[in-house]
Amino acid sequence: MKLRPKKAHFFTHGVLSVWTILVLFPLWTMIVNSFKQKYDIYRDPFGLPHVWNFQSYLSVLQDSDFILFFRNSLFVTIGSILAVLLFGALAAYALANWRDRASRWIYAFFVAGMMLPIKIGSIRLLQMVKALGLINTIYSLFPVYIAMGLPIAVFVLTEFIREIPYELTEAAVIDGAGRFKIFHAIIIHLLRPALATVAIFNLVPFWNDLWFPLIFINSDKHKTLLLGVTRLFGQYQTDWSKILAVLTLAAVPVILLYLSMSKQFIKGLTAGAVKG
Amino acid sequence: MIQLNRQSTLRQRGGTALRWLIYLAPALLLYTAFMAFPLFDSVRLSFFKSGSFLSKDFVGFDNYINALRFWSAFGNTWYFFFIHMVVQNILGILFAVLLMEKGLKGTGIYRTIIFIPATLAVLVTGYLWKLILNPQWGALAILLNKLGLTQFSLPWLGDARYALTTVSLVSAWQWVGMPTMMFLAGLQNISDDMYEAADIAGATKLQTFWYITLPLLRPVIGIVTILTFVGNFNAFDVVFAMENVNGAPLYSTDIMGTLFYRVGIAGQHPVSIPDPGMGAAIATTTFLILALGSALVLRLTSESIEKQARI
Repeated sequence: MKLRPKKAHFFTHGVLSVWTILVLFPLWTMIVNSFKQKYDIYRDPFGLPHVWNFQSYLSVLQDSDFILFFRNSLFVTIGSILAVLLFGALAAYALANWRDRASRWIYAFFVAGMMLPIKIGSIRLLQMVKALGLINTIYSLFPVYIAMGLPIAVFVLTEFIREIPYELTEAAVIDGAGRFKIFHAIIIHLLRPALATVAIFNLVPFWNDLWFPLIFINSDKHKTLLLGVTRLFGQYQTDWSKILAVLTLAAVPVILLYLSMSKQFIKGLTAGAVKG
Repeated sequence: MIQLNRQSTLRQRGGTALRWLIYLAPALLLYTAFMAFPLFDSVRLSFFKSGSFLSKDFVGFDNYINALRFWSAFGNTWYFFFIHMVVQNILGILFAVLLMEKGLKGTGIYRTIIFIPATLAVLVTGYLWKLILNPQWGALAILLNKLGLTQFSLPWLGDARYALTTVSLVSAWQWVGMPTMMFLAGLQNISDDMYEAADIAGATKLQTFWYITLPLLRPVIGIVTILTFVGNFNAFDVVFAMENVNGAPLYSTDIMGTLFYRVGIAGQHPVSIPDPGMGAAIATTTFLILALGSALVLRLTSESIEKQARI
């Protein structure tokens, strides 16, 4: 028997390491420089700070509306995701159980929305939001995000409910449980992993959306994090460590969340793509 | 003995339809009102003068004809798409193939890192690279000067010759993780028997890749193409962050997304009055391009699409 020499994968590690550096280099410069004094950035932009400077963070957090923007984003993102999950699960429950030509059409109608970018309807949406009196408020974003999140929710959740074995609900049916009882006592609990996939799939697009806040919201009180970042970027134009602190504060929460559950993230974010 | 089955309990027909509709109502109403309706009504809007629906303001195809003046944005978007396709497919397939190598250590770490940029906001990526590429104080300029490569220390974003390529590459840098993960999933579905057979037949690595891996990845390439296509024709944030809504310098980075914003929402320089009718015409054109393009790609690349559409 021939013994194969152990492969060292030089080429593979070489290529992947180069890309790793290309990915991490911008993030590294962003983070280390946000802790430097203004002029140290120009002198030595790549090393760790000689003197750690937290002033930029303090002034961003204290003197600007950053925390307000952050709270607004959190409010819209979480609120919209909860609504997508609730409405999506109710609709999926109906679509999985109600076998009829009409329900198949409604299902196809929802799923078609996965490929359609809602941005194309922006002009009409802007008129609608104005007519509803929601313009310039954070509430204008809810209906749009919920509508945007529903197609993938209906798709993933309907598939999931269809695969739940009948035996699991049989006992409840024998006990005379009604439809809604079965839904909230049994289905919702079994649905948890699918709900998590849907939540992650929508989390990043909602949190990272710039377009709709930009066209709907002008008032500082109602700005989302990213829209706020555009304002702060202009405001701190000459002070790079402050700009970098703003960017770091905007990017780090999602990165940390991603690093803590990267498997689910990758699965969630590519779910619609691979299945659709 | 009680006969219980699906038909008699949960899945009845007829009178129950109305009751299921109650479960469907919230999702159906929101989705119809805020997604389906604005999408399709934009088409109607595109045939009227500046956003009204009065019959005297019907202008036929005038909005479309006027929008033709901005032909360059259309061409720029195709170029933007072209760069993405080259970078994402080549790097995506390369990374996926490398990550599949047997006995490779650290695949989990590489995978996590490759995907990081895709979780960042496009705006943050754009701003960050704009700072790095600053020709005077940017990290890249400093790095190049230290290495003595001053001839490459150019205004990458300020020169109309390079700006669009630079912006496209930054955007591709951000999204490479997506296709990589999809190709990886595609490769994991290819059975080992295929490779063993090729190995026994004495195929070289390159032959195996060319005759086995690549053809089997075709459906994935199709999906990646469609997603990139839809994403690129709607892109806006990256140009907004790195250049501005005018697609500076000299409109060289103006793409459909920025054009749509300027014409339909913010208003063109110097009048600054939005023209919703023409904006809707641009949106409808984008919509048609996406629909036709996606249908074409699906036909060309996939036999398994039928399987997926059946779901």
